[in-house]
Amino acid sequence: MLTLIGILIVVAGFAARLNPLLVVTVAGLATGLASGLGPVQVVAAFGKAFTESRYVAIVWLVLPVIGLLERAGLKERARAVIAAVPAATTGRVLMIYFAVRQITAALGLISLGGHAQMVRPLVAPMAEGAAENRFGALRAATRFRIRAHASAVDNVAVFFGEDIFIAIGSILLIKGFLEQNGINVEPARLALWAVPTAVSAWLIHNVRLLLLDRSLRREATASPVPIAPAQHEEPAA
Amino acid sequence: MITLEHVYWLMGVLAAGVAWVNARDASNPKRWNNAAFWGLYAATFLAGSWLPHAVTGCLVIAMVAVASIGKLGQTTRESQTAAQREASAARWGNRLFLPALTIPAVTLLGTFVLKTATVGGAPIVDPKQVTQISLALGALAGLAVAMVMLRPPAAAPLHEARRLWDAVGWAAVLPQMLAALGALFATAGVGKVVSTLAERWLPLGTPLAAVVTYTVGMALFTMIMGNAFAAFPVMTAGIGLPLVMTRFGGDVTVMAAVGMLSGFCGTLMTPMAANYNIVPAALLELPDEYAVIKAQIPTALLLLAANTAIMYAFVYRQ
Repeated sequence: MLTLIGILIVVAGFAARLNPLLVVTVAGLATGLASGLGPVQVVAAFGKAFTESRYVAIVWLVLPVIGLLERAGLKERARAVIAAVPAATTGRVLMIYFAVRQITAALGLISLGGHAQMVRPLVAPMAEGAAENRFGALRAATRFRIRAHASAVDNVAVFFGEDIFIAIGSILLIKGFLEQNGINVEPARLALWAVPTAVSAWLIHNVRLLLLDRSLRREATASPVPIAPAQHEEPAA
Repeated sequence: MITLEHVYWLMGVLAAGVAWVNARDASNPKRWNNAAFWGLYAATFLAGSWLPHAVTGCLVIAMVAVASIGKLGQTTRESQTAAQREASAARWGNRLFLPALTIPAVTLLGTFVLKTATVGGAPIVDPKQVTQISLALGALAGLAVAMVMLRPPAAAPLHEARRLWDAVGWAAVLPQMLAALGALFATAGVGKVVSTLAERWLPLGTPLAAVVTYTVGMALFTMIMGNAFAAFPVMTAGIGLPLVMTRFGGDVTVMAAVGMLSGFCGTLMTPMAANYNIVPAALLELPDEYAVIKAQIPTALLLLAANTAIMYAFVYRQ
């Protein structure tokens, strides 16, 4: 039972909103010690796993170019493009991105999106721009809500699109695990059975985006923000 | 042959550059903390492959200490004012999208072409690491296009990368820390303890109860581990195979496919899946680090219910 101490620390630490980095480190060290490893072995196990997972950080290599483009006005341009489309709303912009992201993921093209490459420089400014277009200046809270939804769309669309592609990691993991247990399954049938969930995800999330549009509209008509023309300043953090 | 090691050198150089820019920036009151944090991170990339793991572990713990006890700061300097950016946006127009779209275009091209490309019989890139190496090449290609087109000062990419990376802050390292935690959980056998507890305490006497336990268990255990891939073997060996398949005669393909997707519902709801949930909140400069999770919870719960219904409707029908 002592092995579960790490889970306890994580749940308590995240709930108390302590620095997640600290919580995770303490939980890892405690779990290692509880399982009978010596202090040096625990630190080494930590270092080894950290080193072996460096590949997840490669996405940060896009920061120089994204930063450079932001400096040259990429976000402002993304907003201006949307401002030229009168029919655009936050929900519709996000629905289009959802469809593109889910379909390309189903074709195995999962690198066509991502929070650093697409959401921050393009999708979020477009979603914000569509709202500004309709309702004028946005409150900081509204702006943050739209951004959170832009990120959520990227996640939901890729999670429930990629499993339709037969060579994706999760399908290979399922096949490999079942093989170890003496069961053979067809990757194509696994991928086929991801379709009902993909359709459900599309339906559920698109309804939520329609509701987001409605709630933004209601919010704007109930209490318009009394600031003159749309300011594209970043809200104070 | 290009391997991930080369990409790590590039990451190390970027992190070291960010540390250097931070060290020289007097506008940030915490500049030495930032410099130490990114400098240590640079060391894990440049030397991580040959340092003893215990030393790397100490570097990582030092990073955690700097970020959690010392705290990181941010520069107050803006490289361009809003008006300058508006003017630049008007000047460049839609051409600004070109470097941004170069990144995914080159990444995709790389994954297709480099997988089989050889020079003199030897592969150009390590075939197992094509995706990650292509992403790095895409980032470099995008940067090259932007530099040629915009002609900014030579140090601008580093300064801009510093601005964004400091905005993300410690969250940038959290996914790797969670991978380390997952490895320690695995060594300690946390998964087995959890599935033993589930078997002992949950009512699993009916086909429906078995399905619900499996899908909800996948979601919950994924929330704990932060990763459906870690939860799948444990829950499938503990509940899926012995109960849904063997005892109640369910179809293993439907069970496994929908079970994994139930785990993905858990991924949407947990701060442990930091690279999907916490990093974007930091990247979009949201004051609430759980804002993305909160936006995802309704979809995740409805979809988990849908998955349970789909599995129950089809798993026993084959």
